[in-house]
Amino acid sequence: MPSIIKPSIPLIPLAKNDLGLTIRNYEGSMSTLCAGCGHDSITAAIIRSFFEMSLPPERIAKISGIGCSSKTPTYFVSGAHGFNSVHGRMPSIATGANAANRSSIYIGISGDGDSLSIGAGQLVHAIRRNVDMVYLIENNGVYGLTKGQFSATADVGSRAKKGKANKVTPIDPALLAISLGASFVARSFSGDKEQLVPILKAAISHRGFALIDVISPCVQFNNHNGSTKSYSYVREHELKDIETSYVGEFSEITADLTQGNLTSVTLHDGSEVVFRSLPAGYDSHSRESAIAYINGAVARNEIPTGLLFIDEQAPDMHQVLETTSEALVDLSYESLCPGGGQLEKFNQSFK
Amino acid sequence: MMASFGNQSTNADWLDSLPLSGLGKVNEFAIKFANVNGTGSASANNLVLKAIFRMGVPVSGKNLFPSNIQGLPTWFEIRVSESGFTARSSSPDIVVAMNPQTYRDDIVSIKPGGALLYDSSWPLSSDFERSDVLNVGVPLSRLCSEKFPDPRQRVLLRNVSYVGAVSGLIDLDYQILSELLNETFHSNPKLQKSNQIALEIGYQYVKESYVTPLPIRLEVRDLNAGKILIDGNTAISLGCVYAGATVAAWYPITPATSVSENFESLCERLRTVELSNPDGTVSNVKNFAVLQAEDEMAALGMVIGASWAGARAFTSTSGPGISLMNELLGLGYYAEIPAVIFDIQRTGPSTGMPTRVQQSDILLSAYASHGDTKHILLFPGNPNECFQFAVKAFDLADHFQTPVIVLSDLDIGMNDWVADEFTWDANYEWDRGRILGQEELSKIAKFQRYSDQDEEYVTSRTLPGKDSKGAFFTRGSGHDQFGNYTESPEDYIKVMERLLNKHKASVNWIPEPIVRIRDKAAIGVITIGSCEPAVLEALDHFEKDGIEMDYLRIRGFPFHQSVKSFIEDHEQTLVVEQNRDAQLRSLLILELGIDPNLLMSVLSYGGFPLTSDDVLTRAKRILKGWDRCPR
Repeated sequence: MPSIIKPSIPLIPLAKNDLGLTIRNYEGSMSTLCAGCGHDSITAAIIRSFFEMSLPPERIAKISGIGCSSKTPTYFVSGAHGFNSVHGRMPSIATGANAANRSSIYIGISGDGDSLSIGAGQLVHAIRRNVDMVYLIENNGVYGLTKGQFSATADVGSRAKKGKANKVTPIDPALLAISLGASFVARSFSGDKEQLVPILKAAISHRGFALIDVISPCVQFNNHNGSTKSYSYVREHELKDIETSYVGEFSEITADLTQGNLTSVTLHDGSEVVFRSLPAGYDSHSRESAIAYINGAVARNEIPTGLLFIDEQAPDMHQVLETTSEALVDLSYESLCPGGGQLEKFNQSFK
Repeated sequence: MMASFGNQSTNADWLDSLPLSGLGKVNEFAIKFANVNGTGSASANNLVLKAIFRMGVPVSGKNLFPSNIQGLPTWFEIRVSESGFTARSSSPDIVVAMNPQTYRDDIVSIKPGGALLYDSSWPLSSDFERSDVLNVGVPLSRLCSEKFPDPRQRVLLRNVSYVGAVSGLIDLDYQILSELLNETFHSNPKLQKSNQIALEIGYQYVKESYVTPLPIRLEVRDLNAGKILIDGNTAISLGCVYAGATVAAWYPITPATSVSENFESLCERLRTVELSNPDGTVSNVKNFAVLQAEDEMAALGMVIGASWAGARAFTSTSGPGISLMNELLGLGYYAEIPAVIFDIQRTGPSTGMPTRVQQSDILLSAYASHGDTKHILLFPGNPNECFQFAVKAFDLADHFQTPVIVLSDLDIGMNDWVADEFTWDANYEWDRGRILGQEELSKIAKFQRYSDQDEEYVTSRTLPGKDSKGAFFTRGSGHDQFGNYTESPEDYIKVMERLLNKHKASVNWIPEPIVRIRDKAAIGVITIGSCEPAVLEALDHFEKDGIEMDYLRIRGFPFHQSVKSFIEDHEQTLVVEQNRDAQLRSLLILELGIDPNLLMSVLSYGGFPLTSDDVLTRAKRILKGWDRCPR
């Protein structure tokens, strides 16, 4: 994963967030992905989200697997620890890290191959555990780094660059996650930052596993006619019935809440997700409703985007494990070792 | 000569006619209990084991169980040895035959002059009768049917009745057995009573029907002072608690399951803290996290994630799990992340025989993962070392920032061994290795992950969540000494060479081998893990035959130079291990540059715990080739 250090030339006076940091403080190395890659737009949305939420860089932990998408954690928040692990194993690394230190904010970056083929097993179980993390699938329908093989999200009939049509049924990560009991499931499009940023912010604020499936066209291997993951196809077929805003604790747009037809969901940290428009009869708290909505759209060759499902009350992994609110890594040795007296009691119980 | 005793006769005359080999075995014999698994026999057999231990006589129990829940043959072998030889005995002096499926073989296995205890509710087929053993029939089923109406209870209590019979036959202290039953059922007086009755009916029957005790019998000694009876897996889980481990991630697998399960139950007791809530209520919070993973890859992934975040984390597994963990062991090695893996070895390859023992993951573990790797290994040989090495594994993993694999095995892990009482050094301080905190970071201009190597080739690391000055990118892809991605041959080699040197440097922290030197012995014997008791017993036999051999047990990898000099100081060295391919011998040759001709293999790998006969038979064959065979 080659990376190029960015020149630090301040071009214009940059705005500062509540921590006094500029957006530059949330950037990383220069991207080495192809020009026009959807992943770079997602990286930009992540940078903006973290900056606008004024998150201390050291509290962020970036974890990824292997693939083009998994390279991207080097491209944002250079002041955060990063871990580019092995193919398909990011969920377990993130689960362990979160178990050890629940104080960090975990963002996992993965792709459709990393998450839905080699890593499908781990993704499924991270969802079941409701690990408190943002889990981004940068979904382009192909294996980019190995030059264009179909992935498990390729639609039936979608054509590869050399013309071959995919015949194997795809996995829809949003449907998969909702049916497994995920507590936050959204879909977005790398070309739509205005939608992606509020979704990202809500995912960061959500306590539990927040899956965001971002359609992110591969300009090299999956951006041609006949592909269902190209920029033009997604633009034409995107179904944007669900509109949400993210309202931080002290945001000035709170005033909007007074307007009619809005429903809001309060997240664990006090921030809110405001649903500005929802399709008739749609309930974002109902798995059945979300599944029916997605299935209906898929039948019409549409790609539904937005915050599709949320259960802000679901207990996360630590609540289930009943772990202490303090990060386990911060416990002193003295508080962990039972000492010699206790060992003597053990000896007596083995006689 | 028929040896059938009904309720009426005495066995005194018959005893007189027995071959001498079975006589006069006070505190030196073996009992085999042949049972059907899932019938509750294990607790009855453990009762016998524990009672003998409390009588102050050295003892061991080997549970030879099937990979099954109910209905298949299972054996429990107890070796009683006042002289301290507690390896598995190759043939029993007494068989308690409770499984018709295996009757014939069980009876055949009895040493001439031994005794058979069988359920005489039905006649013993004359096909099974041996004239050279004492047949002790006790109508256990009939006695229990008369006393206990509930059929399920009857099956369970029949086991306790044969314990009572054994007690009467070999002077197994009745009082101790009775106390043990009261301890076990202290919360259920009804069960306590029925168990006491069952014990008594077996005991009374043999007392009334036979001349007791048999010549094969127990006498009270005081040889277990300062000792405990414990299995290695429990010892490891205790070690993990004492090492300050907070995260365990594991996937169920025999014979390693009890490591993580015990750890969790110990932590439930010792690491659950009461917190007062503002509303006056009290809630319990846990200072640990145990994650049952979806597979072994995820288990090690979680351990590596937790260790990267700064916790002491471990997983417990067996060979099939190590196979799956290879990928992440390579990541841990190359990205330099601590991890502790307990491999309780069983037979391979593939599923193999899950409930049988081998030491056959040695080579796999030493070089686990694709590419060039070498891991730090620890080989405990008994429960005491399981406890100590568990703690040591965490220190080594943190100190050298690398995975450490502790290779125990099924015999140590799941069987009860007489061990020294565990002790704890109040001055112990955990070694977290080179971790830079905010204070250290404030003193340096820039943090670079892999550049400031010390004399042991270890560099400093930082933990996520603490200070953005310490931020770096951990990766399993090619990286240079600063942690940046690289495809440059020079940069890649620089890191790989340091990793090799780091592994070499770790030898100073590896437990020294156990060595026993005789005067001018020409032959050396090297072994590992649970083979020790059988090997020492075999050496004792050789010594009685006038052949003295020096002894060395390896306790870790990389190997100490003293192992090399031990081999070079002997004309020949035997390497005793339980696998087909002589894995320890291969690793010695590869890593110490030993002339292969100096090392001869003694291999016994059928899956049962090693016996001294296994060692003697094979060693004698080799010695014969050297013209050194005793008589």
